[in-house]
Parts: sequence; C-alpha cells; structure tokens
Amino acid sequence: MKRIVAKEEYCMNCRLCEVHCLVSHSRSKDLIKAFRQERGEIVPRITVERLGAVSFAVQCRHCDEPACVEACMTGALSRDPVTGEVTHDPQRCVGCWMCVMVCPTGAIRRDKSGHVAAKCDLCLETGTPACVANCPNEALVIEEDND
Amino acid sequence: MRLLHRKQFPTSKDISGCAISGMMSEIGAPMSGEAIIRSIANMHDRSNGLGGGFAAYGIYPEMRDRYALHVMYDAIDDKQETERLISRWCTVYGDETIPTRPSALVRHPPILHRYFVNIKPEVMERFCDETEDDAIVDLVMTINNESKGGFVFSSGKNMGVFKGVGFPEDIGEFYRLDEYQAYIWTSHGRFPTNTTGWWGGAHPFSLLDWSVVHNGEISSYGINKRYLDNFGYKCALHTDTEVIAYLFDLLVRKHRLPFEAACLAMAPPFWPQLERLPETRRELARTLRIVYGGALLNGPFSVLVGHSGGMVGFNDRTKLRPMVGARKGDMVYMASEEGAIREVCNDPEVVWHAAGGVPIMAHLKEPEKVIGAEATARLKAHSCKLPAGAWQESPRAGRAAASVQ
Amino acid sequence: MSKRLVQAEFNVERDPERCIQCQVCVRQCSNQVHAYDEEAEQVTCDEASCVGCQRCATLCPTGAITIKKAPPDFAPDNNWTSDVIQNIYRQAETGGVLLSAMGNDTAKTSWWDNILLNASQVTNPSIDPLREPMELTTFLGAKPNAVELSFDDQGGPSLATKLAPQLVLSTPIMFSAMSYGAISYNAFESLARAAGQYGTFANSGEGGLHKDFWPHGPNMIVQVASGRFGVDIDYLKVAAAVEIKIGQGAKPGIGGHLPGEKVDERISQTRMIPVGSDAISPAPHHDIYSIEDLRQLIYSLKEATRYQKPISVKIAAVHNVAAIASGIVRAGADIVAIDGYKGGTGAAPTMIRNNVGIPIEFALAAVDDRLRQEGIRNQASVVACGGFRSSADVVKAIALGADAVYIGTAALVALGCHLCQKCYTGKCNWGIATQDPYLTRRLNPDIGARRLVNLLRGWSHEIKEMMGGMGINAIESLRGNREHLRGVGLSDRELSILGIKAAGE
Repeated sequence: MKRIVAKEEYCMNCRLCEVHCLVSHSRSKDLIKAFRQERGEIVPRITVERLGAVSFAVQCRHCDEPACVEACMTGALSRDPVTGEVTHDPQRCVGCWMCVMVCPTGAIRRDKSGHVAAKCDLCLETGTPACVANCPNEALVIEEDND
Repeated sequence: MRLLHRKQFPTSKDISGCAISGMMSEIGAPMSGEAIIRSIANMHDRSNGLGGGFAAYGIYPEMRDRYALHVMYDAIDDKQETERLISRWCTVYGDETIPTRPSALVRHPPILHRYFVNIKPEVMERFCDETEDDAIVDLVMTINNESKGGFVFSSGKNMGVFKGVGFPEDIGEFYRLDEYQAYIWTSHGRFPTNTTGWWGGAHPFSLLDWSVVHNGEISSYGINKRYLDNFGYKCALHTDTEVIAYLFDLLVRKHRLPFEAACLAMAPPFWPQLERLPETRRELARTLRIVYGGALLNGPFSVLVGHSGGMVGFNDRTKLRPMVGARKGDMVYMASEEGAIREVCNDPEVVWHAAGGVPIMAHLKEPEKVIGAEATARLKAHSCKLPAGAWQESPRAGRAAASVQ
Repeated sequence: MSKRLVQAEFNVERDPERCIQCQVCVRQCSNQVHAYDEEAEQVTCDEASCVGCQRCATLCPTGAITIKKAPPDFAPDNNWTSDVIQNIYRQAETGGVLLSAMGNDTAKTSWWDNILLNASQVTNPSIDPLREPMELTTFLGAKPNAVELSFDDQGGPSLATKLAPQLVLSTPIMFSAMSYGAISYNAFESLARAAGQYGTFANSGEGGLHKDFWPHGPNMIVQVASGRFGVDIDYLKVAAAVEIKIGQGAKPGIGGHLPGEKVDERISQTRMIPVGSDAISPAPHHDIYSIEDLRQLIYSLKEATRYQKPISVKIAAVHNVAAIASGIVRAGADIVAIDGYKGGTGAAPTMIRNNVGIPIEFALAAVDDRLRQEGIRNQASVVACGGFRSSADVVKAIALGADAVYIGTAALVALGCHLCQKCYTGKCNWGIATQDPYLTRRLNPDIGARRLVNLLRGWSHEIKEMMGGMGINAIESLRGNREHLRGVGLSDRELSILGIKAAGE
C-alpha cells in the first residue's frame, strides 16, 4: 500500500502540510475561503510535532493491526484487507472518541464540529496526498510499501 | 587599381571558398603543368577570379640543395631593399626574373623574382642548435613582416609556388607552367568573400617545402593563431591557410610527429569514437588531443598539403567540405570535385570520397631516387611512416578504406 | 540606550485580504521579523530586522507577503547616498568594521556585458548541437609542449610522453571553494553530489572534508589554505586535486574567520579544531612569503600525493596578476585559478570587498596573454572565477582564454540563495550559510543536487548552442579564440587589454 513517509531531517516546521491538508478537506478547496469560512468546522489531519530543531509531520500510519479499528464500536473505522488502508466512514461515526484515545501516534483528531473523528485518508479522491504535494522540502514523500 | 595589388595584409581574418586539386606521381615521374591547369580550370565556377595558384615539386633539379625563394615586389625600391637583406643572410647561387607570359587576363603583376640560396655559415652561428630550415623561416618572417613591399611566397628546396590574382588557369598560363616538370602539382582557385585581391594573398601558402591549398573556413582560427604564437610563428596574413601551413611545420618538422599523427591532432576523432579505439591507439589519440587542443582545426575545410616526399589531403572531422581521391597506377589524385580528376585521368582504378578527419596520404615510393639522399634523410627525420590505417581502427574502420596505401 | 538612527532596509507588506494567519512566515523567519500576537490573533511584524531574503514571501501559501526595498528617503544626494549614510550610522553605533557577504554589489559595469559573441553566416555552417556532436570535455592540468612518440621495428607508434595528471570535466564549469562551516552540511553535500552526477568538480574550500564526504573525493578539489584546516594525508589522498588557496576575489589580502559558535561537533572533526573555538585563517600563509616558498609547498603536496594529482593555486585578481600567475606556473602549479573582484564570500569587510582587486575580465585576458608570451600557457590550466552569472559569461571567459570556470554565487542561487548578503550572521533562512540545525534542514540535498545538475545541464546546453552558432564543435577551439569576441562601448585601451576587436571591425 501507499504510505506517507516523513523525513524528519528535512522537515523545517513550516507546517504547510497542515495548511494544505485542511484546504484539501474543505468544501471550497480554496486556501483563503477554507481558512476564512470553514476553519471553524474542519481540522488538518496532519500535525507537525516539534522539539527544538527537530520536527516532523504525523498522520495516520495505517497500522497493520490498527487499535482504532479494534476500538470502534460502530464499524466506522475499518481496514481494507486488500490495500491495507485504514478508512473512516463519517456516516457511521458517533463521536465516541475511543479511536482518539487509543491511537498510538495521536493521528486522529476531533472534527471541529465535534461530531465525528477526522483522520488522514491519503487523499484517495485526488491521488497524491496534499501534504506530500505541497511539502516545499520533500520531507514528506509517498512510498509504495509492498509488505 | 594598381593600389589593390600592393602588399597589404588584411586587417581581419580572410574568409574564402575555393577549388583545390592535386596530383602526384608516386614514382617521381615528371609531369608538365598542363594537366593540373586543365584540372583546376574544370572547377572554374568555384573561384571568382580573385586568386589562383600552383605548387610544383621537383622543378629545380639542378638547384635541389638550395632554397628557392620566390619573392614578389611592389616596386623596384622594395626589391633593392629586400635583396640587401637576402645577401646579408644568404649566399646567393643564382637569381632571375620568374619567366612569365604576358596576358590580358592577368593584370598588374608585381615584380616577380627568384633566388637560389643557402644561409651563410656565419649567420647560422646566431641560430645555435637550430637548423638551416629554422633560419630560413626566420628570414621569411623577417622579410614578410618588416619589409615594405617585398613578400616571399615560396621558400622550399626544389619546389616552387606560382600564384597571383586571376582565375587559376590564367595564372598557370601567365607563369608558363607548361614549361615546368614536377612530380607533385597542387593548385587552387580562390573565391574570397572579404578581401580585395593581392597577389600574396592567393594560395598556395608555403613555408619551406610545405605548401597548402585550402578550401573552407577555420572557425578555430583565433586560437590556432595564438597557439602558434606560443611557438614563434607570426600569422601576419590573417588567412586560415597560413595557420595550416605553420601547424604542419610545427607538428611534423619541429615536433617530429608522423603525418597521420599530425592530422589526428588537427582533426581528432570525437571523444566517443576515440574511446572505442583499441587501447594502444586510444591512449595515443587521447594524449594527442589533450596536448594539441590549440592545434585542433574546427569549421569546414578540405586541404591539400604538399611536401617534397608526398601529398596529404584531409577534411575537417565532420566533413563539411568536399574531397575526392583517385588512383591510377602510380598516380594519385585529390580534388574538390571528381570531374576535376576525370578531366585529367580518364579511367581511374579507384575513386573515393575521403572521410571526415581521415587523411589521404601519398608518398614517394623511393624518395632517394627522386629527391636525393639529403632530402630523404631530412624527410625521414621528421616523418615516420606508420602502417596503413594505423590510426583508424574500429569505429573509423569503414573509413580506413580511404587510405591510399 | 540612545535611539538608533539606522532605518529599516525593507518594508514588509502583508495583504490582510490574503493572510490566513497560518504563521508559516513566523516559523520561517530566523530574524524574528514576523510574530504571532495570540491576543489579537494576528501576525505582526518588526521590519527593522528584515534582511530581504524573501523566505517568507516565497513560502507564504497565499502570496500575502511582499518584501520591498525601503526608501530611506534622505535628501537626494549623489555622493551621500542612503547606503553611505546608513553605514556611517551603523559604525557610529558600534565602532566596528562594516561587514558584507557575497560579491561586490557596487560594480556598475560587468565587462562581460560589453563583449558580444559571433555566429556563422553563409561562409561557415552553424552546427545544431541537438543533431550533431558538440564536445565540452575539458582537461585541467599541465600539458607538455609536444607529444613524443617512439616506434617499434614495424613502425608501430607508442607514447614516449607521459601526460601529467589531468582532471576530466564533462563541462567547463566547476563549483568554487565554499567550505563546510561557511556553508551548511546539506549545501556542501548538494554541491559534492551534483559535481559527481554531472562529471565535474566541487571544491571543499579551506574547511576540510568531513569523512561523510570522502566517497565524493573523486569529484572534489580540496584546499590547503593559510589555516591548514582539516589537512592531513588522508585529506590529500581522497581528493582528485589539491588547491593552495592564496587569496579570494572578494577579499584579496584578507584572511578568514569562522566564529566559534559555528564550530559544532561535526565541524570540529572536519576542521580538526576544538568545538567552539574560532577558526582563523591568517591573511598570508605564514610559510609562504615568496614565490620560492610557494614552490616548496607545491612540491610538498606533489610529493605527498605521489605526483598523481594536479596541484592548483588560487589567487585573487590583483593589479599585478599576470606576473604573479606567471610565477605560479613557473613554480610548478598545474592549474592557476584567478578570482575576480566580483567573487563571493561568506564574510568580508565591506570596504575590502567593494574596493580591492580587479575585474576577472581584464585579469583573465592579461594572464592568458602573459602565459602565451612566455610560451608557458601549456604548462598550466587557467580557471577563472568571480561573478559568473550565466552561460554567456562562461563562453566569453573561455573565449578570452580560460580553460574552465568556477561558479559559486550562481550555484548558491540555484540552491535557493536570494543574495541578501547576510551570510556572516549565520541566520541564513535558506539553510545554506548557517549551522543552526533548525535552519540547515531547510536544504534537502536531494533537491539541492537535482537543482545544481539542472543548472549545469542548462548552461552546458546553452554553451553548446553558442558554440554551434560559431561553427565550432569542440571546446578547445573556443578556448582563447578571441576572434569570436567583439567589444561594444569599450575604450581602445580596454579593447587592447582584453585583446579583442570592437564591434564592426
């Protein structure tokens, strides 16, 4: 499956990945509108963690044995047995936040509306994930993981 | 009009298109100039009447150990001045007006005179370990660069250059070349694009027994000239041709490279071709190219170089100018166009188009018999003959067939 | 503290319509120009610290930021310009020496722009490099005046001449000396990798070669400078060639100083000095006070490298450059590098940078002429450097007589440098001239090497096009070929020193 790999040695803490993640999950898909009008509703599904000079972007790792899927009581989270992607169906999500609690990398966040979980969907609809496409230093790359 | 024909070095590089033709008897059989005139006349349209000339080897057998200086003068004063210089440097064994046949087609000739000389022993002392050839080069450079109206246009032994402003066939008639007997003839019809006609500016260009006729333009001229300057050659004429003559003199006479190696330095294979040569040749070719970068001749050219022992024809490495070779028995022909050869040789045994950068060589088979022991020794001292095709293996193999050997 | 008189050099304009308060600018500015006011929930700025590096403007996702040169509109005066006045204010405040970085920015004339190239028409066909061979391969090193052959009984030739060691370049462009310390590890790696990928050479500068870079040795020229940083036998052995640095175009006659705060663990290992200690390169080599001394060092290095590597000597272009270069060649150097007055630096006193030395155009022409006059041009290759901005500059330099050129500033610009000229502050926002780990990671060497290779490829292609136009298909026929140059707007004296004709001649 495709995995987003963070190269922390080249992550420069600009957080443009967060900006573009948010935009790509907005209704308008427009930078200024997304921030001005939708910021209250949506959150980026990627977070840059930083300690001193070192930083890197964290998003869903699409674990082989995902704790979130295990914990999800409605089946909103599931793992595609073929591609290995962990997907989230907001229609079934009831906002119990068990997934947020169990995620080992803290990659699942609450939607600003407070009703459903939000996590990296690898931008499956558009192809290349927005964070990868917009990382100015190629610190985020998408790699095909054949395991 | 008279002014146009005065000694006048061009101020910028001379560019010209041209016709060239050469023929050689490899057994040294004498031929009159009649055939070469017909051959070059066949390519009349390749010249425009602003220059024609010939080089002939073996024409002064009685004086073959003397340097034959052909000198042109603007005026009688110039002649006196230059003769004073010549007699200071040289013992003169004979001199005469170069015989001509007045012609309406050749206008305003300069005063043309020839001298048979050797450098005086006391003058040679100045040259330390250098040879008499070097002293002659020095004398020629001195006269050509310093005298007001004198110009040496031929300075080899047992050979001579005859050139002037006009169509080559008319120049040949003018100089009565039908009366000379030579075993090598080269000729040139000129189509200059930027200089007015001056007799000294016509081809062949000659130094010692080197004569060069050339068609094309050398785009590397600027660096070739400066490269030669390093070695004391002053390129006053601003012609590509002058540069080629000096390069042959430097590489073959002074650096003692075989002709094939000299041609390889002047028109080297492209690097990828060179890398594919067999290892022994590759290192040689590579070293020649690295060391003689300043001697690389770039741009379109075909050139015929005559010397006492033979004739070399070669093209630029991408073959941007024509060059045809032919052979019949002991005769070798090289010319810009095949028609110029067929004009004088009805049924050549073999005719071929020379490949880019691959020299066509013709050598006297028994030079001792033709040019004498002393000249042969001199020839051997500065030209080692290599096995045929020695330089053109593998990628250039297809072209090795071009070798006359 | 009294009121500072120096005014801001740049205005930071933020378009409130476009700003989304994402704070990328805040996180990217090492000069703390941008800040986020939590209370007002707004990005604010302090223009006084802005150096005009354009990092924020480049990274702003909405293009909300514009950096403009601030007027300081003092009363109009051609002599007492705002730069002059501001400089005096600065010195009056600190009593210090004015510092600058990169190359001389005051020169109004680039003589390259007054030199025009030739092209073929009619009498000589121009050549299309996309369809026909066009050769840029360049060999740097001493060449003999003649090749000697020997012949076996059958007349088979073999070489009697053994060629001195040569550097083989696929294009006549190398990267100039920029030390690890002056530039970041990642910038250094980008240069070294690009040199290897394109088949040319990068120069280590005087700061040694970190062991990580030893695999790049075959494409590195290493420097031995007055500070002798990082010099040991392994350093000499691992490189392709060794360069003795006598001077630098940006600061002829001046040494160097890498402040201790930049000397971290890795730089300390590379330079072979303690962590945190200042790395000081004296102005002269204290074992070279004369040309004889230089000869000793050249031959010491040749001995140490078993005569297998070319030894280069780099000097700044100063008034007597031709005679000095001749002396260097006679002292045994295989390559002479001449750095013109527009050459760059990581730090130099402003007055030195802007006023000492001569332009590379004249220095190069004079050196090439002099070496030819003396018949020793073959004995060494000449490398020109100092402010080459484009492939056209390179072609002109080669036609004037250079074997190859070094590019420094252009290479850094390819890496992202915006020429703010503040390298000496160590706060390079582009991760180039800094050792701050928060900043150095901004230069990903994968990207850096790719961009440098692209630059070399682009320039090389342009060089081929220009050569093709002249009807030349080998770089050796361009080298020193001043017939293909013409001057415009130059005095007779300038033309004669450059050895070129005026346009129309």
